[in-house]
Amino acid sequence: MAQQSATPAATTAAPPSATPAGGTPVPLASIPPASAYAPPGAFPPEPLGFYTDTSVCIGCKACEVACKNWNGLSSRNGGVNTLSGDSYDNTRRLDGQHWRHVKFIEQFSEDRTNGRWLMMSDVCKHCVQAGCLEVCPTGAIMRTEYDTVVIQADVCNGCRDCIGACPFGVIDINPVNNTAMKCTLCYDRLHRGMEPACAQACPTASIQFGPIAELKQRAQARLEQLKSQPRPESRPEPRLYGADESFLGGLNAFYLLDDEPEVYGLPNHPALPSQHLPANVGLAAVGAVGVGLLGLLGLRKRRMDEFAAEARAEQISDRGATDPGMTLGSDEEAPHA
Amino acid sequence: MLELLAQAPSDTFFTHSPEWGWLIVFYFFLGGLAGGSAFLAGMLDLFGVAADRSMARVGYFIALVAIAISGPLLIIDLNRPERFWHMLIQSETGGLMVKWYSPISIGIWIVSLFALFVFLASLGALAELGKIPEASAALARGWLGKVIAAVCLILGLMLAGYTGGVLAATNRPLWADSPWIGLLFLLSGVSAGAAAMLIFGWGRTNAGSVAWIDRMDIWTILLELLVLIVIAATLGSLLGPLWGGVWGIVLVVGVVVIGALIPLLFYWRPRLVGRWSIPTAAALVLIGSFLLRAVIVLSSERI
Repeated sequence: MAQQSATPAATTAAPPSATPAGGTPVPLASIPPASAYAPPGAFPPEPLGFYTDTSVCIGCKACEVACKNWNGLSSRNGGVNTLSGDSYDNTRRLDGQHWRHVKFIEQFSEDRTNGRWLMMSDVCKHCVQAGCLEVCPTGAIMRTEYDTVVIQADVCNGCRDCIGACPFGVIDINPVNNTAMKCTLCYDRLHRGMEPACAQACPTASIQFGPIAELKQRAQARLEQLKSQPRPESRPEPRLYGADESFLGGLNAFYLLDDEPEVYGLPNHPALPSQHLPANVGLAAVGAVGVGLLGLLGLRKRRMDEFAAEARAEQISDRGATDPGMTLGSDEEAPHA
Repeated sequence: MLELLAQAPSDTFFTHSPEWGWLIVFYFFLGGLAGGSAFLAGMLDLFGVAADRSMARVGYFIALVAIAISGPLLIIDLNRPERFWHMLIQSETGGLMVKWYSPISIGIWIVSLFALFVFLASLGALAELGKIPEASAALARGWLGKVIAAVCLILGLMLAGYTGGVLAATNRPLWADSPWIGLLFLLSGVSAGAAAMLIFGWGRTNAGSVAWIDRMDIWTILLELLVLIVIAATLGSLLGPLWGGVWGIVLVVGVVVIGALIPLLFYWRPRLVGRWSIPTAAALVLIGSFLLRAVIVLSSERI
């Protein structure tokens, strides 16, 4: 789709024309190449994303603020001020109005003399195999030229299927426009060659933006650095989450975690919604055939019973005709059909 | 909250609820009922005898009314109801919107086509009864009538079962954790369709048709109970969070006892509470079928 190298000069330099079969020649200069549709200065189309190093997150929430600021998201929470009860977390979760969410995990001993903070700036994972995109029945969710996943607010009709399909609980309805919304990885900024607002605002480079291949190299180097440092034996090893293709084809927003994924509120084995379908549809199909056969057998039995009753009645009536003295209606006298 | 998630029994507990509430519960119930009654009506039309036609008509009328209510329910439930057509037509290009791997996309086409064919079948039935001009009776006769009945039969089964696929194609607790929901909804839909046909066809249609519908209801209730037991037995550690509270009580009392065991008793002993045993049993089946949708949808929604 978008090409950074496209310039107006490149599209108007060639004067030749093309002649369609049996048609009038069309000057090629009047047909802009696909690259001409790319805004000037856009990033070249290649997989882009986030690498979030949670080990250097300080929980400042600059990413949350920058995201809301750039994307025009309300920060009033409907005018309701509530405390979450989850440490310094006051936005609770990702949803239609919170496209970045900083999680605060307190790991302290009972007397609080020993412990540590874990902080993590969570965001849409822009899955390479995205469950939301898979189930969306309107085509509102699309994959961009940057391999990111974007919801088109003017197409979404708010069926909410994507909300339950997302294995990470990222998407929700934005109460302002009543459509499903989430992080766009600042698609509009990418078209201007600008990095996403959250990554630009992050003061510790916990959120890093760039081509996925390059980010993976950086993450691997950082992981090895952390593993080489001494740490308590009881503490789990740091790990990368979503940097390989072990689930969902990989995540275009992946993480370096300092504990188990579940501790950060991340599923261990996130799945595509369609993975659950074959067994479900297969069992229902077998059931449909079974119910149909039951119905057929029932109708056949009823017909056989009717035939038997008719035959019995005929035989009784025939006997009655040949033996006028015979009485009708006795079951013992009727032959079995 | 994060501390609780760290001990979650399934990866499905990390997701958000789509907030499918009572409107969707009503739709799942009515859609299943519509599909079930159209399936049974189609069976009677295709494989029954001429005397079954009166019960088949009852089935088509029930299906038409139920699907006519279902459509608005689905539209009202959308956050942007004025954009409901985006599921049928691509809003940007004007082309047809079909995603074969999206159960809602397939489902919306099943609902639309089902409504069309049940409408045609009902027109034929009304013409037979002399309520509309005789010309429409062609829709109920000959090869055309058979084709319409066959389509109603197949689409009816698909309508009764696809809603389980909609739930399965998520990452939500129970819906994505058990592969049996589609089958459960299909059986419950046929059972509800049979119950509705018994209520409206009781005393007005052929006794043989009533007996067959009655037997179909018994079979589907028994199978439904069996599937419910399998689901409960295979949920493992999810059973407590899902059905440990009020939804477990609704399931046992409302779905199993009131909606299945008591109706089975009434079907087995049709004189137990006088001549109203069968219609009473059918009404209880409908209540149980509705509560089953409520338990399956809302017990997951509340997590």
